[in-house]
Amino acid sequence: MKSWFNKGEHWIWFSASAVSISVVLVFGLLAMIAYKGLLHFWPHNVYDYQVSHSNGQIEQVVGELHDTKLKLVVDEEDSTIVHEVPEYLIKTGNRDVYGIDFKWINSRDLNEGATTVADKITVIERYQWGNVYGYLESLTVNGETIATGEEVEPVLQDLAEKGTALHEKIHHIEKTVMGGINYKIEALRLEQKKLESEDEYDAKTEAEFETKRAALNKEFVELQASMQILHDKADSLGEVTLTIAGNQKITVKIKQVVRFWQPNNMSLLSKVGFFFSSIGNFLTEDPREANTEGGVFPAIVGTVTMVLLMTILVTPMGVLAAIYMSEYAKDGPVLRLVRISINNLAGVPSIVFGIFGLGFFVYILGGSIDDLFYGYAAPSPVFGTPGLLWASLTMALLTLPVVIVSTQEGLSRIPRSLREGGLALGATKLETITRIVLPMATPAIMTGLILAIARAAGEVAPLMLVGVVKLAPALPIDFNAPFIHLENKFMHLGFHIYDVGFQSPNVEASQPLVYATSLLLVVIIVSLNLGAIMIRNRLRERYKSLGN
Amino acid sequence: MEKNIEQKLERVLTGPKFDRRIRIRNFKDRFARYGISFGGISVITAVLLIMFFLVYVVAPLFTSATVEKHSTFNLPGSTQDETLYYGIDEYKESAVRFTESGQLIGFNLNNGHVITEESLPLNGAKITSFSIVDESQNMLAFGLSDGAFLVAQYDYKVTYPNDVKTILPEIKYPFGEEPVEMANGAISKIALRLSDDSLVVAYQEQGLTQIQVKSYTAESSFLDDSLMLSEEGEAEFEPKVDVAHVLLDGSMRNLYLVSKSGETDYYDLSNIESPELIQQVSLLSQNDSISTIRFLLGDYSLMIGTEQGFVYQWFPVRNQDSVFQLQKIRQFKSSNSPIAMIAIEHARKGFATIDQAGQFDLFHSTSERHLDSFEVDPKGLSFVSIMPRANGVLLETKSGKILTYNVENEYADVSFKSLWGKVWYEGYEEPSYTWQSSSASSDFEPKLSMMPLTFGTIKAAIYSMLFAVPIAILAAIYTAFFMDTKTRQWIKPSVELIEALPTVILGFLAGLWLAPMMEANLSGFFAILIVVPVGILLFGFGWSRLPKSIRLLVPEGKRTLLMIPVVFLLGYFAMSMDKPLENTFFNGDMRHWLTYSAGIDFDQRNAMVIGFAMGFALIPTIFSVAEDALYNVPRYLINGSLALGASSWQTMVGVVLPTASPGIFSAIMLGFGRGVGETMIVLMASGNTPLMDVNIFEGMRTLSANLAVEMAEAEVYSSHYRVLFLSGLALFVFTFFFNTLAEIVRERMRRKYSSL
Repeated sequence: MKSWFNKGEHWIWFSASAVSISVVLVFGLLAMIAYKGLLHFWPHNVYDYQVSHSNGQIEQVVGELHDTKLKLVVDEEDSTIVHEVPEYLIKTGNRDVYGIDFKWINSRDLNEGATTVADKITVIERYQWGNVYGYLESLTVNGETIATGEEVEPVLQDLAEKGTALHEKIHHIEKTVMGGINYKIEALRLEQKKLESEDEYDAKTEAEFETKRAALNKEFVELQASMQILHDKADSLGEVTLTIAGNQKITVKIKQVVRFWQPNNMSLLSKVGFFFSSIGNFLTEDPREANTEGGVFPAIVGTVTMVLLMTILVTPMGVLAAIYMSEYAKDGPVLRLVRISINNLAGVPSIVFGIFGLGFFVYILGGSIDDLFYGYAAPSPVFGTPGLLWASLTMALLTLPVVIVSTQEGLSRIPRSLREGGLALGATKLETITRIVLPMATPAIMTGLILAIARAAGEVAPLMLVGVVKLAPALPIDFNAPFIHLENKFMHLGFHIYDVGFQSPNVEASQPLVYATSLLLVVIIVSLNLGAIMIRNRLRERYKSLGN
Repeated sequence: MEKNIEQKLERVLTGPKFDRRIRIRNFKDRFARYGISFGGISVITAVLLIMFFLVYVVAPLFTSATVEKHSTFNLPGSTQDETLYYGIDEYKESAVRFTESGQLIGFNLNNGHVITEESLPLNGAKITSFSIVDESQNMLAFGLSDGAFLVAQYDYKVTYPNDVKTILPEIKYPFGEEPVEMANGAISKIALRLSDDSLVVAYQEQGLTQIQVKSYTAESSFLDDSLMLSEEGEAEFEPKVDVAHVLLDGSMRNLYLVSKSGETDYYDLSNIESPELIQQVSLLSQNDSISTIRFLLGDYSLMIGTEQGFVYQWFPVRNQDSVFQLQKIRQFKSSNSPIAMIAIEHARKGFATIDQAGQFDLFHSTSERHLDSFEVDPKGLSFVSIMPRANGVLLETKSGKILTYNVENEYADVSFKSLWGKVWYEGYEEPSYTWQSSSASSDFEPKLSMMPLTFGTIKAAIYSMLFAVPIAILAAIYTAFFMDTKTRQWIKPSVELIEALPTVILGFLAGLWLAPMMEANLSGFFAILIVVPVGILLFGFGWSRLPKSIRLLVPEGKRTLLMIPVVFLLGYFAMSMDKPLENTFFNGDMRHWLTYSAGIDFDQRNAMVIGFAMGFALIPTIFSVAEDALYNVPRYLINGSLALGASSWQTMVGVVLPTASPGIFSAIMLGFGRGVGETMIVLMASGNTPLMDVNIFEGMRTLSANLAVEMAEAEVYSSHYRVLFLSGLALFVFTFFFNTLAEIVRERMRRKYSSL
């Protein structure tokens, strides 16, 4: 044993275990996020609990089992014994009736064998007030009951589909068509203000503006009328009545139904189908109820737009700086200093870039732009407030060192002989760089860019200062010219996680959604990183053969 | 044939067309050279600009005040009549001079032209005493010769006749124009305070030594919006000192009776019927006496000007027995002449003094800054007033002139000492490091000490390093030196994958999953620290006792794979020990035990959570660099050592580690730098309370999290905004320094490797 220690064997075991610990932690974490994230989409069984109260009453609690906790209870007869009593967190839904979504129940209070899988229970997802858990009772249209009991389900299925279609139509008109008209009216107003400030708003232009405005207003009113028709149509779809726990009745308008399902009576195949359609909804829908329900579509769009814009900004800057440093600049102490500085900028906390973005881009640059070009819009700022452009610029600055360093590395890996060959054949330096060096360095540049994108997609702290909001009224890209709105605020997946996880009023209810969002973000970033690693490996092999 | 080609070549390679092509190519090349150089240099400068921008924003904090003369004119009204008060509008356009004879003279501040002239409704009485009720509201109280008192308020109206901004002074009487009857004789000293619904007044009658206090309730009258007073309580008592000044503080509870030599009785008026003497103290040293005394903004601190030219700040501080006692807080000194008057700012704890020799001085109390000092008039000054926005001062000279100055003094409340030293804030029991940047109240004293934030930053970084360094370095050692190539190929990227995980996800998990879990299974987590190492040791030793055939199944280079399930099981075992441990040692609940039996404060989001979560995030940074350094140690050194009979670990310790130590050092530096700057994890899992406590069970607020929390709502270019930028600059410099250090050390090491 002594020799075992003397040889330092135990240290080898420790070091091997340190690697294992890291690996367990990484994959454990990823597995947990994946599990909890995907669980969000799976149709959970709904249970029926009979809870007896101290006053002898029996309360029925129906809902999904969300969490189990062990509570320590001191034994009533012998205070030295402590029992562990499981407590269950039940998602009971029906927020409009119960006030809250969740309920803790103690397993001791459960009546014996009273926990059953509720047969034929229906879960309805609503546009407001969260889920309903109950038994389908009857379906009425215009005060007429058209189906009761078992017959309700197929009719409801049919009506709910109609409702969804109507809802989509209304949503489309509201967001896209009416939004477009509002945008035009607002643009007209600003245009008028601009002309007024330049003293060019005379009677002729005024008449012109008035006709334009009248046309737009007319269009708007017409749309409102057709919207009203659609709304009426949706209202006339009828309503469904359910019996919920405690023998209460709840009536849900069909137009309120997002979708409904009977989890306890689904086959595995339909559960899988539901699972994938949930994922689809999550990716394509707008958030509801202060971001705690619905999908993350605007956040995805916001993240992607910001990242793309950042890429457009950072690529020329990074590549140019790298080419200058490795091909043109004179090697010396100054260049070395610059190189070290740029290297180190990659390690500067992201929040510092955030305050730089806020202080310089937003307040100074944006403020000056407003003063110069948007004076007529005062006092409401256009560019002098956090927005997409500033967020992208800040992120570009943040990721610039990554791109520069990676490009430089790629450039320095290209054998000198190739450059000399090019020059010897009579090519100018520019031709050598653009025809020989750069094409060969593309994989390195790509690696740098992908790493930059991965970093930008996951970074939240600086964005909180320069343009991300919890709920943006409009997408940063839409169908209104100029299609991309650089001054708009936008939503971001990472900030969505922070906001929903920490700022939302109903943290318990929104946690599964946060896990799902986390999973989405992790998938995006990990695949970007894996892509970068693959490109890097391929690149290395390529130069191995070149080196010989 | 050959000649033909040569000729063709000759034709192509000569002639004007060819020359032009060459010229164009050369031009392009030259153009690109300049273009790229210009572009490259501008990008690099833009990047380096960040640092200069931070300095540019921070720099004004440390500049002194600038004071420029604006206008001079003759004193409006009689020069014989002494000035009691100047009410000045916020735009520095007009002012009203209140004189001892009850005259109110409104005048233009730019040229001294008189705008309005009226007098106080004194009913034939004379003003015998005067007190400022609320400086920022311009509320004043006058004690009269007929025993009544009058409360008046200066205000102004902004109008735009003919599109020209005109400011007209207005005088309001909140309790009506009729003075309120109170005493029989003339009131020689008065102190009056007002709250929403009550009024307390303390006074002394001419020729009497007793002090009277009276309280009134104020009710709005039915007829107009003026307030009606009805008397509620009163008391009369004999002071112990020869009263020269009667001062009642803003809480209407603390009454100070001060004699000329500084002897002070401190009465508690909580019960207005029976004032209680709680302290007798001398405010001054021997042979000095008071020349002027008043409250600072907030009506809590006493500012005492003395004959010897000192200004002392005193305020009541709660002592160990929970009794308030007046305490000297700080002193200021600018001249040797007696202080003639002290004026205060309306929104900050700044003040200005004039002395008998005609010198003007500008101070800020919290930051203890002496911002400016100059001689105005050798004949002496008689009055000083600071304009409402602290952007100007008004001075009245003894020779009957008014001088106004423009003052630029935005950042008086920040000094090196207030940022990094202990400061005794109003209402605090002792000097402290405190960060509290904003509050709802208007006379709030901002507490901008960087110490708690810096402390929190370092605390978070150190706790996470405690977790990350051992794991990362040991893992690097194994991966670089013992692991076989095949395993290494996927292990290394897997560990480095952590770096790619968005910290917002780690923060979310730490705050909402790890923190509650840790709180519930506290002893389990501590058990991990013991169970896992011991378990590994036992397992390793046990493995070496196994028959060779089994041992050889897993070569040294693949032990990691073997250990993965072992580590997992050990962790699981440790966590399942939680309940038995808590039952045996901590009466069933360690968290409860900590708070009630051990007296250790416990927050759910604490340094231990941060240690695990951020430590996890730091592992790849440290691991990656350290592994690189260890892996690149020249092979022949290792082979030599092994050939001489050293075991592989002995080679590791004796040869590899010393050679690679600079690399490991720089890995740790880089990790520390990252830990200092990490934002989201700390923001979400640390509780964000700016405490200064090393306790592992309590949270902290770091510089970076503080930026994320407060930056967006800081008023642009305010002191708060610039102090936040200062903390950004501190972060920048700190990480830049550590990264550069790491980089230089690594550079050295690389050179050493290449020479070996």
